[in-house]
Amino acid sequence: MSSDIVAQNKALIEEVLAVYPEKAAKKRAKHLNVYEEGKPDCGVKSNIKSLPGVMTIRGCAYAGAKGVVWGPIKDMVHVSHGPVGCGQYSWGTRRNYAGGKNGVDSWVGMQITSDFQEKDIVFGGDKKLDKMLDEINTLFPLSRGISIMSECPIGLIGDDIEAVAKKKGKECGKTIVPVRCEGFRGVSQSLGHHIANDMVRDWVLDKGKATHETGPYDVAIIGDYNIGGDAWSSRILLEEMGLRVVAQWSGDGTLAEMEKTPKVKLNLLHCYRSMNYISRHMEEKYGIPWVEYNFFGPSKIAASLREIASHFDDTIKEGAERVIAKYQPMVDAVIAKFKPRLDKKTVMLYVGGLRPRHTIGAYEDLGMEVVGVGYEFAHNDDYQRTAKDIKEGTLIYDDVSGFELEKFAEKIQPDLVGSGIKEKYIFQKMGIPFRQMHSWDYSGPYHGYDGFAIFARDMDMAINSPVWKMTKAPWNK
Amino acid sequence: MPQNADNILDHNELFNQPEYLALREAKRVFEDARPVAEVKNIEDWTKSWEYREMNFKREALTVNPAKACQPLGAVLCAAGFEGTLPYGHGSQGCIAYFRSHFNRHFKEPSSCVSDSMTEDAAVFGGLNNMVDGLANAYNLYKPKMIAVSTTCMAEVIGDDLDSFIKTAKTKGSIPEDFSVPFAHTPSFVGSHVTGYDNMMKGVLTHFWEGQERKEGAGINVMGGFDGYCVGNNREIKRMLGLMGVEYTLLSDPSDVFDTPANGEFQMFNGGTKLDDVKAALNAKATVSLQGYSTDKSCDYAAAKGQEVVKLHCPIGITATDKFLMEVSRITGKAIPAELELERGRLVDALADSQAYLHGKKFAVYGDPDMVYGLTAFLLEIGAEPTHLLCSSAPKGWEETMQALLDSSPFGKEAKLYPGKDLWHMRSLLATEPADFVFGNTHGKQLEQDTGVPLIRVGFPIFDRHHHHRYPIWGYQGSLNVLVKVLDKIFDELDRNSINGVSFEFVR
Repeated sequence: MSSDIVAQNKALIEEVLAVYPEKAAKKRAKHLNVYEEGKPDCGVKSNIKSLPGVMTIRGCAYAGAKGVVWGPIKDMVHVSHGPVGCGQYSWGTRRNYAGGKNGVDSWVGMQITSDFQEKDIVFGGDKKLDKMLDEINTLFPLSRGISIMSECPIGLIGDDIEAVAKKKGKECGKTIVPVRCEGFRGVSQSLGHHIANDMVRDWVLDKGKATHETGPYDVAIIGDYNIGGDAWSSRILLEEMGLRVVAQWSGDGTLAEMEKTPKVKLNLLHCYRSMNYISRHMEEKYGIPWVEYNFFGPSKIAASLREIASHFDDTIKEGAERVIAKYQPMVDAVIAKFKPRLDKKTVMLYVGGLRPRHTIGAYEDLGMEVVGVGYEFAHNDDYQRTAKDIKEGTLIYDDVSGFELEKFAEKIQPDLVGSGIKEKYIFQKMGIPFRQMHSWDYSGPYHGYDGFAIFARDMDMAINSPVWKMTKAPWNK
Repeated sequence: MPQNADNILDHNELFNQPEYLALREAKRVFEDARPVAEVKNIEDWTKSWEYREMNFKREALTVNPAKACQPLGAVLCAAGFEGTLPYGHGSQGCIAYFRSHFNRHFKEPSSCVSDSMTEDAAVFGGLNNMVDGLANAYNLYKPKMIAVSTTCMAEVIGDDLDSFIKTAKTKGSIPEDFSVPFAHTPSFVGSHVTGYDNMMKGVLTHFWEGQERKEGAGINVMGGFDGYCVGNNREIKRMLGLMGVEYTLLSDPSDVFDTPANGEFQMFNGGTKLDDVKAALNAKATVSLQGYSTDKSCDYAAAKGQEVVKLHCPIGITATDKFLMEVSRITGKAIPAELELERGRLVDALADSQAYLHGKKFAVYGDPDMVYGLTAFLLEIGAEPTHLLCSSAPKGWEETMQALLDSSPFGKEAKLYPGKDLWHMRSLLATEPADFVFGNTHGKQLEQDTGVPLIRVGFPIFDRHHHHRYPIWGYQGSLNVLVKVLDKIFDELDRNSINGVSFEFVR
């Protein structure tokens, strides 16, 4: 049976590649594969330039740095430095919830830009930036700092944003961070994450400002962006088991929390892809160990709670067991309600750098089966991690093109596709149920036990909606 | 424990449970959060006249602009032609943003490719990307036309689209006779409105340049950058059909952004036929429904010998009358009784509701033609426009708007704010409130901060569904706008009613 699937999916890959011009087919072949059990990774190349003209789903370094890593820090002003578009399109669409008064002590919901004009390109934008930083400090006096997120032109016209940041930082005494995340750098959002991590290292952590009292159970949540409140429904479990969460990186996060992190006992890393860099740095420089965890679905949550607790004493270990026991009846009821409706349903996933593997356990808790997995911007180490979670015959597609994903789904006919906004309406037209797995489709949280209940409900309502039965007019039967 | 399998709480309720309220309160210690009183003081100050004056003095900082960048407009324009694949030469992230922007507004697929230029292209230019990109796009998606615009990366390094496309053809990426119109669309000049215009001109140039014009009886109609193109274009076509006019709607994305869910994804659907675009050179005249959004394209049509009529969103009686009368004048076709009947019904509707509209103060922001169209409508229904703001105002907009305001006693109090943004608007509404504000989804923050209710007319509308399916132009479209306004007025009357007063069944 499973070798049939391997052969079928391999044939499907060949069929798709046949449509490409020869040169492109050769390159794309390296990114597509069928997983065979026992292999140490997924057998695809990754983190390589997208082919021109194929309709890649990927974004850019700016999206990774501003949209993902820095943007959610709520008490800083994040400047989209360059023309108006980048900031406009990424304004308030990621659902990284954060408290505070918009424009008063929180700027997460704002589009703040230098709105470059032709003269700024011709004569350079440093003077404008200098003046702009003053204006920000005047109009937004409660901001704790400013990040300067470079758009494409900045790196091409030779502006020295580092010099401006240094000078203005000295003048106003606030943290001002220049981030070289021009969209043409790297091959996807991923380099933007890395650059953003490095700038946290250089411009925040290295200043060593934290003076707070530390405790034996201090931890930081790293790589949770609080999409639909994910970080909160995670934090609640960690606190209930006795840990003290000192910082959230970066969903609903603050500059002060980042500054306090080098003194924690353990860093808890959820999105490995976007924040492994800063975790490794803190390990090397401050000796803080880090542990990857997965808060999707009760199986992975329980395993993660125990893994985290294993780094602490019995108080915390008992706490973890107490938390697992507390939520078990609710989880059992959720599974009892939804599993009969979702059992054996198949899923194809195509998301960013973490969720295609991290959500597999949650689907499996509901009896569902993941039959296709791909990442927009994963690296080799992500595909190695993925290999542990997938089954024989799973179709693997790295940096999939619109054409490929559509063809794959057409042939495989999964019961559900989980991907992004650009894919959503395509699959719904095809009559395939769909959930956005970046934004949780305006729902969430999906993390933690409270989030799992919502996840289960959402997958059920997508797959079992009566609307899918109506795509064919009855008189055409 | 807040969650329960029989009553699963969504984020809006879940995070209002005591466990989570306590969690967020306790987190403030680690945030070094500002004292609540300090935040309140500053918030009040940001709504003061003092703050407004400081806010209007800024020169370098833009906060919450109501505009996007050129290539977004180019992509919308390109999507309106038969079998056309929009193509962005430059960074790929931009294209991901344009697509998701249209996805969120139309709740529809949005197809567009990028040639994914990276560091090496920044150094050596993007020719190789173009050569491979056109070949790949042509083979995978089998379009009838590929319309190329640029991201700012390609503009800054000075790539030359004309020569790149020619080279790609020489190298066999696509057939020699395959149509690849193009437009340079630097995002640091103008806005999405400019980009729409540049792409329209690019397409017309591709099909018209070097061709001989033989004037016929038909007309061209251009809609410009229009978030309501699905509803509006169908309404415009219906009206022109009723008049029996021979016309070509230049760029018509109404079907590509409204495909059925019938089990099949159609990347291309409808759009202006390429043969019709060619033949459109022979039109007697070009009528633009958004003159600012098609400015250079209109000039181009005029240079080819066509009469050009530029309108600014036909919302309301007067503007729709003008549209129909201009079409009638140019084509010699009479305005049929059916449209006159619709006009009469709209006047009747306005008469029924005028008492609730008269003297109400409206702030408006949006694209230059949209602000004009809505303002004209307000003047006609006896409402008073107050703060009229246009982040993407082109040269001459202020003067044209002022002339409109001067034409009516209801326009006396209005002030124009070209080139300003929504943080300016926040100051205006906080210090001199209006009764309502017309704007896009981003205006919900203005509503939350200043209490001025938002009426959603604009682009993008992300947080309400299906508005784009209903026209806002013509007599029928104006009725839709009227109902939107009235619903908000009545909702506010009910919401603000006090015990025993004003909460009425009959309005």
